[in-house]
Amino acid sequence: MHRGELLAVVGENGAGKSSLMNVLYGLYQPDAGVLSLDGQPVRFKSPRDAIARGIGMVHQHFMLVPTLSVAENVVLGREPTRNGLLDLERAVQEVSATCARFGFQLEPRARVDTLSVGSQQKVEIVKALHRGAQVLILDEPTAVLTPQESDELARVMRGLVAQGHTVVLISHKLKEVLGVADRIAVMRRGRCVAEVRAADTTAEQLAALMVGDGQRAPAATSTPAVSQAPGEPLLDVRGLQATGDNGRPALRGVDLEVRAGEIVGIAGVDGNGQRELAEVLTGLRPLTSGSGALLGGPLSGLTPAQARTRGVGHIPEDRLHRAVVKALSVEENVALGRHTRPPFAKGPWIDFKGRRERTRELTVAYDVRPPDPEVALRALSGGNQQKVVVARELDARPRLLVVVQPTRGLDVGAVAQVHAKLREARDQGTGVLLVSLDLEEVLALSDRVYVFFEGRVTGHFLRHEFDERELGRRMLGTTEPGHA
Amino acid sequence: MLDVLHSLLFSTLDAAPALIFAALGAVLSERAGVIAVGMEGMMRVGAFCAAVAALTMPTPLAVVMGMLAGAALAGVHGFLSIRWRSDQVVSGIALNLVALAGGTFLLESLYGPNGTPPIQQLTRWNIPGLSSVPVLGALSGHSAPTYLALLLPFAFQGLLTRTPLGLRLRAVGDKPQAVATLGLSVPGLRWGAVLGSGLLAGLGGAVLSTAVLDRFEQHTPAGLGFMALAAMVFGRWTPVGAFLAATFFAFGNALRIGLVSSAPGLVELIPQGVLLALPYLLTLVVLTLQGQRSSAPAALGTPYEQESR
Repeated sequence: MHRGELLAVVGENGAGKSSLMNVLYGLYQPDAGVLSLDGQPVRFKSPRDAIARGIGMVHQHFMLVPTLSVAENVVLGREPTRNGLLDLERAVQEVSATCARFGFQLEPRARVDTLSVGSQQKVEIVKALHRGAQVLILDEPTAVLTPQESDELARVMRGLVAQGHTVVLISHKLKEVLGVADRIAVMRRGRCVAEVRAADTTAEQLAALMVGDGQRAPAATSTPAVSQAPGEPLLDVRGLQATGDNGRPALRGVDLEVRAGEIVGIAGVDGNGQRELAEVLTGLRPLTSGSGALLGGPLSGLTPAQARTRGVGHIPEDRLHRAVVKALSVEENVALGRHTRPPFAKGPWIDFKGRRERTRELTVAYDVRPPDPEVALRALSGGNQQKVVVARELDARPRLLVVVQPTRGLDVGAVAQVHAKLREARDQGTGVLLVSLDLEEVLALSDRVYVFFEGRVTGHFLRHEFDERELGRRMLGTTEPGHA
Repeated sequence: MLDVLHSLLFSTLDAAPALIFAALGAVLSERAGVIAVGMEGMMRVGAFCAAVAALTMPTPLAVVMGMLAGAALAGVHGFLSIRWRSDQVVSGIALNLVALAGGTFLLESLYGPNGTPPIQQLTRWNIPGLSSVPVLGALSGHSAPTYLALLLPFAFQGLLTRTPLGLRLRAVGDKPQAVATLGLSVPGLRWGAVLGSGLLAGLGGAVLSTAVLDRFEQHTPAGLGFMALAAMVFGRWTPVGAFLAATFFAFGNALRIGLVSSAPGLVELIPQGVLLALPYLLTLVVLTLQGQRSSAPAALGTPYEQESR
């Protein structure tokens, strides 16, 4: 990589992008091979060495201490002192100076957990620059940002390059990479398979290089056929309110509706009440106010068992936490929740044969690898674990399916498969409520979209009205609630 | 009335230091993200070793031995929870059980069930001129740990909030990954905090057998290590808060002793057991009232693994 350029590294999940960067940053040790900086071989035993040589990294998951202030986070590890005591005044001044130099607007005394995600990312960048980073590595920086924040970040990156810094951007969003990078390196299965100038290539070429066989371009963004006229209302809530884990209101009066045979997307920045909504609908969180009808019954007082019997399926955000038991076999996981009914049980006994047969059918239908019902779930990759969850929930033929972040951490192939299965369920008459932080995913799948901001619906869009810019504005709450 | 207040204050100041030191140790360990369930065990080991050491050496030196013994047991905790990333609660409970059983075994086989032979207590210091002042005079006539226990919490608070080391300790308890990516050593900081908490718990135990009592008894420290945890929670994981809470608990205990001796009629009205349980009941009430307004370090109890992203 050259001084003063913006290099993008692209590749599928698991292609080794993040691992490579962690080696560059000294978090992992290389098993073999040589790292050279300015023509000299270097060896980083810890991030401290990397920082000393002018390398800074902004991690995908922020490395900020939420309870400390911006200034404290930035100076941590190289604190200014006076007589052995921490000199916070000077820390604040230093941070203000760094912010001013690079044109960031940050309040050095603000506690990090009060900042928006976009601002926290700036704190991370300031943290690296404050340490004199010449080379800045950004790992999937836009995954959690709104379109506006992403544009802002692109400007910041170009600004840094203009000042002589080198920026390495790791991403799998091809459009964005093409817009901002000078040069693009494509990684596949731990190897760098190509290096191209951004000006000389297209998204299709890059996608082909990433996937490898040159044929199979990702199908995730293809437009779904808009479903026929939606059917009967499955879910109808008015003025829904609920409290979050921190004891503060998370939902502040939500009205929404889901009908049979449609996918309804919920777009929003993380932490604006989407998660709590999914929990209320599946009986995991009590509502504090409002009314609602869910599959012919009241929403208040709903228990998870009632939700199941009424026909609610749930693909939760954190599968290991809420959907599967890692230590059990695939067939046992497939039976969970339905273990008292055929074909999983015969009277009071487990129906081993029925369970095995059904699981075998499902592993084939959902392309779970290996297709072995007896293998422990923990032996499967994340994508295959998720396919097991999807298979189980859809096999129960839910009338309403609540889906949260269904493709987080999956590779392109698995994403396409999960999306196809969700569309298939919709076409068979299931109502799907899709919560995702990935705006592209929401727009690709949904027939209608509600935008959430601070526990309220700030926008409602039909498929033909989708507009990324407008959605982004609503996600940031910068316009008045529209025609919701 | 002044006399009663004087004697209440005096016995509070006499009994509080052991609890204060242990509570500070717990704060130190937990602010760095390592659960401190093992305080009771570390106190017990400290108390035993100090009492035995004092049989053959000057008492102040024996107190140091007690501190080192506490740190040694903390070292085991460190190995289990930092080096091997085991469950910190299980590790701490194991320490408590080892200290409980080991202490009893050594005591009975070496000295019999009635405790170690009496030792020379730590010298009490009389502050000239102060002893005759009403109420405030209660500050005079204690041994060195009492005075240390009145100063240390503020020094510790300063360390935590005003020094680079303190900032790093707070950071490592809330978000160890952030500390690691800045090139600082998470294990190093946690080891320091755990060993420090062992020294403090050992000191608390040693104070019990060399200043409050003059020997190691079968039941020492009789739950004080757990009360230290309560003081830590009540004090919201801050040194000065834990100090105030520990002093409050010690006051509750002094109140009980005072009640029994000054109003013998009371004992006939209220069963002895209830009075004995008074400090513990106070602890329960206080913790219930405080409810869920928790301010525990975010990464408390989570072993740090470099690979987990």
